[in-house]
Amino acid sequence: MDTILEMRHITKTFPGVKALDGVSIQVRDGEIHALVGENGAGKSTLMKVVSGVYPHGTYDGDILFQGEKREFKNISDSEALGIIIIHQELALVPLLSIAENIYLGNEQTANGIIDWPRTFSQTEGLLAKVGLSEPPGTLVSNIGVGKQQLVEIAKALSKDVKLLILDEPTASLNEKESDALLDLLLEFKRHGITSILISHKLNEIRKVADTVTVIRDGAAVSRLDCSKEPISENRIVADMVGRDLSDRFPPRTPDIGEVIFTIRNWNVYHPQQADRQMIKNVSLDVRAGEIVGIAGLMGSGRTELAMSIFGRTYGQKISGQACLHGREVDLGTVQKAVNCGLAYATEDRKTYGLVLDDTISHNISMANLGGVSKGFVMDDNHEQAVAEEYRRKINIKSPNVNQKTVNLSGGNQQKVVLSKWLFTDPDVLILDEPTRGIDVGAKYEIYSIINDLAAQNKAIIVISSEMPELLGISDRIYVMNEGELVGEMPKADASQEAIMTMIIQSGRQ
Amino acid sequence: MSTQATSVDKPQANTASMGGFFKTHLREYGILIALVVIMGLFQFLTDGILMKPINLTNLFLQNSYIIIMALGMLMVIVCGHIDLSVGSVLGFIGALAAVMMVNYDISYPVTFIVCLMVGTLIGAAQGYWVAYYRIPAFIVTLAGMLVFKGLTLWLLNGQSVGPFPDQFQKLSTGFLPDLFPSSDFHVTSMLLGTATATLLVYFNLRTRQKQASYGSTLEPVLFFVARNALITLAILYITYLLSTYKGAPNVLILMALLISVYTFVTQRTTFGRRIYAIGGNEKAAMLSGINTQRLTFLTFANMGMLAALAGMVFAARLNMATPKAGLAFELDVIAAVFIGGASMRGGSGKIIGAVIGALIMGVMNNGMSIMGVGIDWQQVIKGLVLLAAVIFDVYNKNKAG
Repeated sequence: MDTILEMRHITKTFPGVKALDGVSIQVRDGEIHALVGENGAGKSTLMKVVSGVYPHGTYDGDILFQGEKREFKNISDSEALGIIIIHQELALVPLLSIAENIYLGNEQTANGIIDWPRTFSQTEGLLAKVGLSEPPGTLVSNIGVGKQQLVEIAKALSKDVKLLILDEPTASLNEKESDALLDLLLEFKRHGITSILISHKLNEIRKVADTVTVIRDGAAVSRLDCSKEPISENRIVADMVGRDLSDRFPPRTPDIGEVIFTIRNWNVYHPQQADRQMIKNVSLDVRAGEIVGIAGLMGSGRTELAMSIFGRTYGQKISGQACLHGREVDLGTVQKAVNCGLAYATEDRKTYGLVLDDTISHNISMANLGGVSKGFVMDDNHEQAVAEEYRRKINIKSPNVNQKTVNLSGGNQQKVVLSKWLFTDPDVLILDEPTRGIDVGAKYEIYSIINDLAAQNKAIIVISSEMPELLGISDRIYVMNEGELVGEMPKADASQEAIMTMIIQSGRQ
Repeated sequence: MSTQATSVDKPQANTASMGGFFKTHLREYGILIALVVIMGLFQFLTDGILMKPINLTNLFLQNSYIIIMALGMLMVIVCGHIDLSVGSVLGFIGALAAVMMVNYDISYPVTFIVCLMVGTLIGAAQGYWVAYYRIPAFIVTLAGMLVFKGLTLWLLNGQSVGPFPDQFQKLSTGFLPDLFPSSDFHVTSMLLGTATATLLVYFNLRTRQKQASYGSTLEPVLFFVARNALITLAILYITYLLSTYKGAPNVLILMALLISVYTFVTQRTTFGRRIYAIGGNEKAAMLSGINTQRLTFLTFANMGMLAALAGMVFAARLNMATPKAGLAFELDVIAAVFIGGASMRGGSGKIIGAVIGALIMGVMNNGMSIMGVGIDWQQVIKGLVLLAAVIFDVYNKNKAG
């Protein structure tokens, strides 16, 4: 078999981060090639390089497609050669019809006027190929996510696809829809279309993949040929996670006390789709001075769980019991949750955590204005003093507290968010991706702050997609998958392999 | 801009360099300078009529209702919304006041209070949909604009209603009584103006001291002195001019009071701070335990109250309610707030900026009318000034960012 795509020594750097570090992969013509790796390993970045999202010149290395060196300037360049990428977030316009979406930007015209009959009849042909029987005039918003995925694929077919790239296509599909989609890929393979499949789900990979490439820390670490040897999950998992934990974490002697915070039988439904259950019967508890990690893949429901607990800021039809210090509490609004002693630092500090155009001091006081005012009147002196105290205590690098937070680095922004919540003097802190987008030095500082908080007998829940981080700082880890807690392990038993295995096994059931 | 100090031990009280400070505060000085320049320009173009005491008095009377509504609009816009209905609400409340006092002989204090309450209710009704049902404010208040324009016509039967009792007229056309009625010169007004100027300088000095003790970047001394001198002189000069005529109009006192109250509310209270937080990042504010819905609701209710007050001031000035009262006033009010430096995205803008923005519009209206510029070209010029002010803002922001 010939090689259709070869990527040689691709290196891609973002400010401060090396996302890809000399990756080389080979995809044979007509195969289904699986790319696996942890969150942030660089799979999506690699696919964005090959499809021209990151244009030639912004990365180092060569791309050979059908034997020739290619330099894509944008997506149209790669699409012209038949390389079509379907992103994790679907790129359909919800209020346009299926037909309009399929031919968006590629309208079927006669003398500059859209030829609707032709558009519709061609759409019907394409939909038949992907196994959809919806009328082409149906609005995309009226069909489910699974069918929308198929519309995306039909759109790819309309462009004479040679190489189809799917970025976690089954992440939001149920099992039946996933199976249908995988069958479709096999069908395409018989028609000579090559596919690259990015997936976390090893059972899917085993079903369809001819070759597996494992990506870790921006490099291709192994290439497995499924036709020669039966694919071994253990081997893949080991390759995915295999790295050592040096002293990236400050030392700490845990001093764990009584249970402070308990959640029992927590159920949450999707905010728009009332019949879609996002959180299923979750029960957990956290002790004073304990750092509890929640592990899981993207979309496993960790953030949804945290936000539904914190003032019901996510979801609907929330049921379950929350207890603080053994008493049941009402966490129905953010104000109530804060008053009970709960704090939640969001995963997306720019969108949900900070008023970027405002100063450090105003951001720090935001969740506890009562603490810096007399009655309704702000006490500016006190506010400044408080902010100044946190600036020194947790080392926010800024000449004074009147700088706008938009000018701070990610690590310092995160410290402002943490200061905001520390100033509410919480008993329970939920930290969602506390070190996302932060450089290594600042991460160490954030871990030290977390350790200090635990030493002050606060109960801490850390949600993180970086498994080494969870293993490095947690006393105990819950594993979450598809809205359920599928396991729990003390620090002593925890390892990346154990967590991955737990996730994969629960996904297979 | 992005230089970070390496030392974090001590707050550094430092005075900024003049050039650097001017650049970062270009907008705040810019608008003040713009007002002075525009006043100077029209003083010249109108051969000194602009600053004649009688014209100055008129200038305040003519723009009082715009300024009053700009206070509420500033808060609505800071909160990230807009209110298109204020012109119609102003007309409606004027009509309501007229019908109550003229047709039903209800006493003016009762009318005054009832009208304020009705205005608040109108604002609350609109705010309810915006805050709790997330209907875009543009739509809700566009509907309100049509509804209250119609209700004004209905209430007045399409006719003008007036005149009002004397005391009610005084709200707008009255002057501060002189405690020393000895000469042509209005001593009380002059004393009041002097006291106001002294207080302002005192407050500014105190703020500066506080900033110094907390290591903020301080305004260069020269700027501080120049700014305070300019403001003091302006207040003294204007009160002097007014005192040589009939003294300070009641409505000027009312405006001054409202401006101080709303400056205090927006800058010094938790309520004000929360409004800015909501406009700056509503999600972050909500996740910090701020009741974003209730505050949005209250902001609209407040706007309704101020529109009602402005409606009575306007009706009192004309001494009658007309079906056309308030037509397109919302546009002047919104323009004033944006000229004053508020951001369309919400989260920024100051009361004093909105007031100066309204004054800039007012001076231009007045000056061009004196010069005999037709209403057609007045509109064109005002439109261009608004566009220029906002382009200036955006340009500055892009350069800074």
